[in-house]
Amino acid sequence: MSRTAVQHQQNKPTDPTPPPTDSLSGRTLPRWAPLGFAAGAIALGCGLGAAAGWQSEIQWGLVSAIFFVVLSYVTTSLVENRRQAKDRLATSVVWVCFILAVVPLFSLIWVTVSRGIKVFDGYFLTHSMAGVPGFEAGGGVYHAIIGTLEQVGLATLVSVPIGLLTAVYLVEYGGGALAKAVTFFVDVMTGIPSIVAGLFILSIMLLFELSPSGLMGALALAILMLPVVVRSTEEMLKLVPNELREASLALGVPKWRTIVKVVIPTALGGITTGVMLAIARIAGETAPIMLLVFGSQLINANPFEGAQSSLPFYIWEQYRVGSEASYDRAWAAALVLIAFVMLLNLVARGIARWKAPKTGR
Amino acid sequence: MAKRIDISGLTAYYGSHKAIEDISMTVEPRSVTAFIGPSGCGKSTFLRTLNRMHEVTPGGRVEGKVLLDDENLYGAQVDPVAVRRTVGMVFQRPNPFPTMSIFDNVAAGLRLNGSFKKSQLPDIVEKSLRGANLWNEVKDRLHKPGSGLSGGQQQRLCIARAIAVEPQVLLMDEPCSALDPISTLAIEDLIGQLKERFTIVIVTHNMQQAARVSDRTAFFNLSAVGQPGRLIEIDETERIFANPSVQATEDYISGRFG
Repeated sequence: MSRTAVQHQQNKPTDPTPPPTDSLSGRTLPRWAPLGFAAGAIALGCGLGAAAGWQSEIQWGLVSAIFFVVLSYVTTSLVENRRQAKDRLATSVVWVCFILAVVPLFSLIWVTVSRGIKVFDGYFLTHSMAGVPGFEAGGGVYHAIIGTLEQVGLATLVSVPIGLLTAVYLVEYGGGALAKAVTFFVDVMTGIPSIVAGLFILSIMLLFELSPSGLMGALALAILMLPVVVRSTEEMLKLVPNELREASLALGVPKWRTIVKVVIPTALGGITTGVMLAIARIAGETAPIMLLVFGSQLINANPFEGAQSSLPFYIWEQYRVGSEASYDRAWAAALVLIAFVMLLNLVARGIARWKAPKTGR
Repeated sequence: MAKRIDISGLTAYYGSHKAIEDISMTVEPRSVTAFIGPSGCGKSTFLRTLNRMHEVTPGGRVEGKVLLDDENLYGAQVDPVAVRRTVGMVFQRPNPFPTMSIFDNVAAGLRLNGSFKKSQLPDIVEKSLRGANLWNEVKDRLHKPGSGLSGGQQQRLCIARAIAVEPQVLLMDEPCSALDPISTLAIEDLIGQLKERFTIVIVTHNMQQAARVSDRTAFFNLSAVGQPGRLIEIDETERIFANPSVQATEDYISGRFG
């Protein structure tokens, strides 16, 4: 009805009261308009960049982004109306920010994969650097993988029980001054630089005259992991509806069994995700390993005695050698580390989906 | 199976706020007692003092006596966990455990208490689901999640879960307020059957429901917002609705709030 009124408006100037503001429809841009703006903005940005002779592609990209935002706002305010234009402006800014955030990530993955794939093969994964001079090709990352798995595994074994129980205390039992103090110190711990955690364990090591080993590194990693586990578990436990606790208590179930059998299973998916993210965070730590595990070229499967290597340490070590072959090995080890973290994230997602509270009939 | 409850001089607090004051009444065994009254008058709080769920709320505390067949629930030696096994509760919103199947939900009370023989479990679950009039609807999907049921079915599942532990008393806190009329009817029929075996106390905002299901009705009111709720009167349901002895009850029931 009203659309026909608008269309026929110009044909019928005699129409007594054509109220265009009452109409629910108006001129709209086609659905592909944002794509068009993007194409136009990129063309303009590249054209300007080429004309002005800018060397950096980053400048071209930023200018294109600005063109995109301006172009979509101006066009929309001309064709549609101001409200739509503001909407389009906000949407464009969100898209530009998204792309600005994603471009470095993809370029990082691209560089790592393209440079790391050169020596990334079965031999690389199953051999250590024993007897391989740093500046020559050959050797592998096996000893570093073993080191990372054992150190991260031990750190997880130490920090997850402590973190989980701390979070249970904070959510289910705490409330007084002690809980506030614990929350405060956990927040402070989140900000501890890894080198400080390493120095802390190093001072204990010197005090008791212990020698460097995987365990010492794992303890420092556990200190870094603990606050992340506590905070994420705490948030997940808070999400469990109070009604479930009451339902369980009203059945005559003691509080501790309610927590073990009802509260934690309900939150398990989220807790697992939090733990996996914490593991991903510590898997890339180098400083404590340099201080406490010392690094090694040899396979040492015993984390309780003797020096070990780890993936981040290996990358640093190979980079420092400074030869072509060692650069290749460093990139390949970086690829292994990224793949490891990605695998952990996939496992976490799988567990979260598998353990999520079930719906459906 | 069913026990009498004698309450005398019961006062409940949330922190320093007095929620209900000086309530005394008797709940008869094998009958349905309904609590009615305006919102905020302390019906639910009072109900929760009857199985010591009130003290689960931070700051909640109780003064006075609740005698369950001559044993004071608030005695020094009494274990609140044991009280809750004896006095079961059904909540306003259906709250099946989301990680558990229908079967596990009904078995939850027994399993989590550790007081069962594994071979008896299927029989107890079937008996409880039959008791809650849910067996025929779920018998083919006992191992599907309980949260996949409709709201009315979930509420009956919660009732089955509550009666599976064989309590003496069943407390129901507005069990039908989130349900449609047909599910409400199913639950009301169920209450009629359950009162043969249990002492039932039900909080309801629906006065027709109180009139339909209960044998005795208690009317609660508060003198002003922020003041503690009080018991105005308790009597046979027919008398409360036909000929109450207090003017305030008549005003409330007939729609003139006072």
